[in-house]
Amino acid sequence: MSTTEIGNVSVPAGVNLPLYMDNHATTPLDPRVLEAMMPYFTTVFGNAASRNHSFGWEAEAGVEKAREQVAKLIGATAKEIIFTSGATESNNLAIKGIAEMYKERGNHIITQATEHKAVLDTCKRLEKSGYRVTYLPVKADGLIDIEDLKLAMDDKTILVSIMFANNEIGVIQPVAEIGKLCHERGVLFHTDAVQAVGKIPVDVNAMNIDALSLSGHKIYGPKGVGALYVRRRNPRVQISEQINGGGHERGMRSGTLNVPGIVGLGKACELAGEEMVAETKRLIALRDKLKAKLEGALDYIHVNGSWEHRLPGNLNMSFVYVEGESLLMGINEIAVSSGSACTSATLEPSYVLKALGLGDDVAHSSIRFGLGRFNTEAEVDYVADKLIDVVQKLRELSPLYEMVKEGIDISKIEWQAH
Amino acid sequence: MAYSDKVIDHYNNPRNVGQLDKSSSEVGTGLVGAPECGDVMRLQIKVNPETQVIEEAKFKTFGCGSAIASSSLATEWVKGKTIEEAMQITNTDIVKELALPPVKIHCSVLAEDAIRAAIGDWKKKNGVTEGAEVAQAVAAN
Repeated sequence: MSTTEIGNVSVPAGVNLPLYMDNHATTPLDPRVLEAMMPYFTTVFGNAASRNHSFGWEAEAGVEKAREQVAKLIGATAKEIIFTSGATESNNLAIKGIAEMYKERGNHIITQATEHKAVLDTCKRLEKSGYRVTYLPVKADGLIDIEDLKLAMDDKTILVSIMFANNEIGVIQPVAEIGKLCHERGVLFHTDAVQAVGKIPVDVNAMNIDALSLSGHKIYGPKGVGALYVRRRNPRVQISEQINGGGHERGMRSGTLNVPGIVGLGKACELAGEEMVAETKRLIALRDKLKAKLEGALDYIHVNGSWEHRLPGNLNMSFVYVEGESLLMGINEIAVSSGSACTSATLEPSYVLKALGLGDDVAHSSIRFGLGRFNTEAEVDYVADKLIDVVQKLRELSPLYEMVKEGIDISKIEWQAH
Repeated sequence: MAYSDKVIDHYNNPRNVGQLDKSSSEVGTGLVGAPECGDVMRLQIKVNPETQVIEEAKFKTFGCGSAIASSSLATEWVKGKTIEEAMQITNTDIVKELALPPVKIHCSVLAEDAIRAAIGDWKKKNGVTEGAEVAQAVAAN
């Protein structure tokens, strides 16, 4: 009788299930951030825009401190930080706001294929209102080719929007080179830096960034708050507001400020800045250990995207001949993500992995591990052991793995797509 | 995605995993699906030439939990059935048994296709046409 019990790995001491290793999706709130936020939910509840009493002044002081903290992390000045509801709003505000403000100068925008939907869908929307958008391809390692960017620029190009680091494969784009090229050509440069800020060094001046989106909940801060950096000097970047109202945030983003959220974002930025060097070292060690253990035990696995230009906490691997959703089902108390179609709302495999030129079958087999501040070495060991066990068992079930092991070239089989 | 207990059971304890000698005249093999679609099923049956009863069934599946469960269930169901009875199994029976959600219906369709492909292969090997099959079945009675 061939019964194959899936997933018999004992849970070691110090590992609690469910286990979270999906820190690109969101991160838990750091207790120190919560502590900083607490007074602003209760005693310091004022409206930061109230100018005539202490409740308002105290709230405003909290916001201004946070503005300094955010600015410091990215090498900006406080006046260049606009608070928003999150990075989706920041991306919308930057791209639509710049497109609208500079439409006399040109109507061409350049972005790239593996951007987050908050950028891609915003660009698609602009295409409907007469803008021209170039979507640059990426190379097999997930990085854009600077030559492609040069070639795409013309005298109507007003904006380049290229993400700092990718949310699925963690690859870091050559931002400094892009910024330098944009400034030479007099084109504005926006970057969605949600995954990069607080994880790797970001300096808006050294990198010639004109606008930058960031988010609280990716850096152990609260959800529902983010920021947009907008350059004020060399050049002074202007943005037309997308939400009208009381003229908050220097007229660029109306709406009563989310004071507790903003205070939390500020604290999260401060902590990220202080701990970045140590945390990077620790995460790289954990990630490399995870990769080494998996590679030591399993064949037909590979890393998706550049290994060299990658966020410290990211590992995106394909376990070929095993389908991603069935893999997630076997490790159901470990929270990670898959590029499999079966795990997406659209039933399409990851467009990011497809942009690397990977076949759908490889995309279906991918798992994204997002290591973060609160993951431990014991957790990494457990995740690796569990995953190895489940992959081996699913491969016993996989006709493809059997065929490959028997030396059959499965690419030569005439499959009936359905 | 929340799975039914039956899907989870088949996933954790898949029935009849393995392979049969596909060169045997008593064995029919169905290989359906495509790697780029995220599911491939191979279902094999071993048929008694006298009684046309499916005596053995084996499967291997690359696919999501519902695809694994659908093919595991299919091997359970075809075992002990005659070729003709096995042909009556439809994807809706599988959907019902496993309580598959709408997005997973294609997994059940694939399992039905796999059963039919395996039977078709066996028939081809044994030179059985539709008419002859009836005649043989009658003769067996």
